[in-house]
Amino acid sequence: MKTGLTTLWVGCLFSIPLWMTDPYVLHILVVTGIFIVAAMSLNLLLGYAGQLSLGHVAFFGIGAYASALVSLGFNVQLAPGIVLILDPQPVWCGMLSGVLVSGAFGWFIGKISFRVRGAYFVIVSISFAEVMRLVAVNWVELTQGPMALNNIPPLTLWLPGVGEHVFWKKPENYWLVLSVAVVSYILIRRLVRSRAGRAMVALRENEPLATSVGIDVTRYLVLTTVCSAAMAGAAGALYAHYIRIVDPDVFLFIYTVTMVIMVITGGKGTLAGPIVGGLIFGLLPETLRALAIRPEVQWIVYGVLMILVLYFLPAGIVPAVRQWWQRRRSDAAAVRAST
Amino acid sequence: MDQLLQHGLNALMLGGTYALLGIGLTLIFGIMRVVNFTHGELYAFGAYMMYMFVMLTGANFFVALVLAVVLGVALGAAIEFLLLRKLRGADIDTTMLVMIGAWIALQNAEQLAWTGVAKSIDNPFPAAPLVIGAVSVGWNRVFVFVVALALIAGTYALINHTRLGKAMRATFQDRDTAALMGIRIGTIHTATFALGSGLAAAAGALLGPVFVAYPTMGDLAAAKAFAVVILGGLGNIVGATVGGFILALAEELGAGYVSSGYRDAMGFLLIILILVFKPTGLVAQKERIG
Repeated sequence: MKTGLTTLWVGCLFSIPLWMTDPYVLHILVVTGIFIVAAMSLNLLLGYAGQLSLGHVAFFGIGAYASALVSLGFNVQLAPGIVLILDPQPVWCGMLSGVLVSGAFGWFIGKISFRVRGAYFVIVSISFAEVMRLVAVNWVELTQGPMALNNIPPLTLWLPGVGEHVFWKKPENYWLVLSVAVVSYILIRRLVRSRAGRAMVALRENEPLATSVGIDVTRYLVLTTVCSAAMAGAAGALYAHYIRIVDPDVFLFIYTVTMVIMVITGGKGTLAGPIVGGLIFGLLPETLRALAIRPEVQWIVYGVLMILVLYFLPAGIVPAVRQWWQRRRSDAAAVRAST
Repeated sequence: MDQLLQHGLNALMLGGTYALLGIGLTLIFGIMRVVNFTHGELYAFGAYMMYMFVMLTGANFFVALVLAVVLGVALGAAIEFLLLRKLRGADIDTTMLVMIGAWIALQNAEQLAWTGVAKSIDNPFPAAPLVIGAVSVGWNRVFVFVVALALIAGTYALINHTRLGKAMRATFQDRDTAALMGIRIGTIHTATFALGSGLAAAAGALLGPVFVAYPTMGDLAAAKAFAVVILGGLGNIVGATVGGFILALAEELGAGYVSSGYRDAMGFLLIILILVFKPTGLVAQKERIG
């Protein structure tokens, strides 16, 4: 029953480009989907491991830059006499390296900041994102600095029955993003229900206790960071080859804030939370724009909404709805029992 | 050699304000266990108040400075009263996220009120720099440094030699026991947040006229304050003071000898070095203040 419902849902989502032909709406859905993948990756850290990554956009941006650079090729002088040259590679290769490079940075950041508990990870991650932005601005030889990386090729894949196919159009990009989102969802579900996931929840709830039963807390925290960073890198790689231009602004803090708000509003530590939150905050800006509201006001609304959610729905929308649904059902059962 | 001396002098001048920012943040973290993301906005608020009073109403520079700090204290108290009071028992992540929400709202309110265009603020100091041997420094920077030192000394005195300071230290050591001894924790929290905010606003009011005021100026200031606080160990005032000067020196030397584009990356580099070699912070033996 439940799997049937889920399949129906996913089928509905896949069918959207068949009846919705407005390219602008599809574009918004693609970008929202990319951000939902990023929010899911953040949820892994924030919701399950209980660690707030305030520089999550760094992993997203690294994925975007790495993927774009590998598919465009580069020629960089690392030191006098040492030149690193890479010829343009196929796009899927680029995306894969985006995932791997992001994961590697995740390992480094996790390794450094989980030496100490508390607010350190937050602060290290936030300044890491700022440093990445500075590198993207200043290392012009590699990143083109503020001139941005242009003409990034779209994904080319060999598909059964179709042959070589270039992802130029909106519907196919939509299907690509949706597929990645579904795969990420399944991966996260498997991960949080595995031994590693239970260890994460244990250490979120009570770290000394988790340690006492033999869970190597730091190792699992680093592992989670790697997974989360790699997934954010995948989202960034999708973004780079869809938008086809990457500039240092992908490292801006507001994108991290958007992801955090998506996770918190939807419900951190729930599988559906980032999707619900992502849909709300992916589509809300368009609604506000239609009402001709200035971006500053939009952000003030975001900030205030975030505070209100934390005050009145501290667990997020998904757990609140679930609780309400269960209470309704048990009420209905009680009514049935009494009559 | 002259160049090195000049960098050292610049670092000294800059370090005073970094220390000021760091002390405010570390006090709030130490006593309230709140990672205060509005700190940078209080800094920007101080600078904008200077702009309002000096440029728009033509008030005296020094009167404006005092007013900016007083209003910063008031805004800090208001934030604590409205947003944090009810969350006293909440976990550190919830308060952190609430403060992030407040940060976004405040920053965009600033942008709405004063637009994104940077505002310059006049100052009454002579344009010719003070020349000492081979090095020179602007009079406005000297003024900033002296006031920052005075404020730091004042904060030390407040914490070590007043009843309020004693209550703050007690709350820091053990909140529950302090409450049992008759200390009003709510009042201490409001006073702490107001004091930290006032210090941030003072740093902004001092540096606003040296540079310019713009809505996102607080982000960089907050990032530096966080670096300073980690350098000194979270919750350590002496550490934050020392950390402020170390960060300023690292930035000056980095900008002078490595690359000016990476000036703002030095803080991150220092954070990494600290976390690798001495994760509890430079000065910390045990977490304590005063």
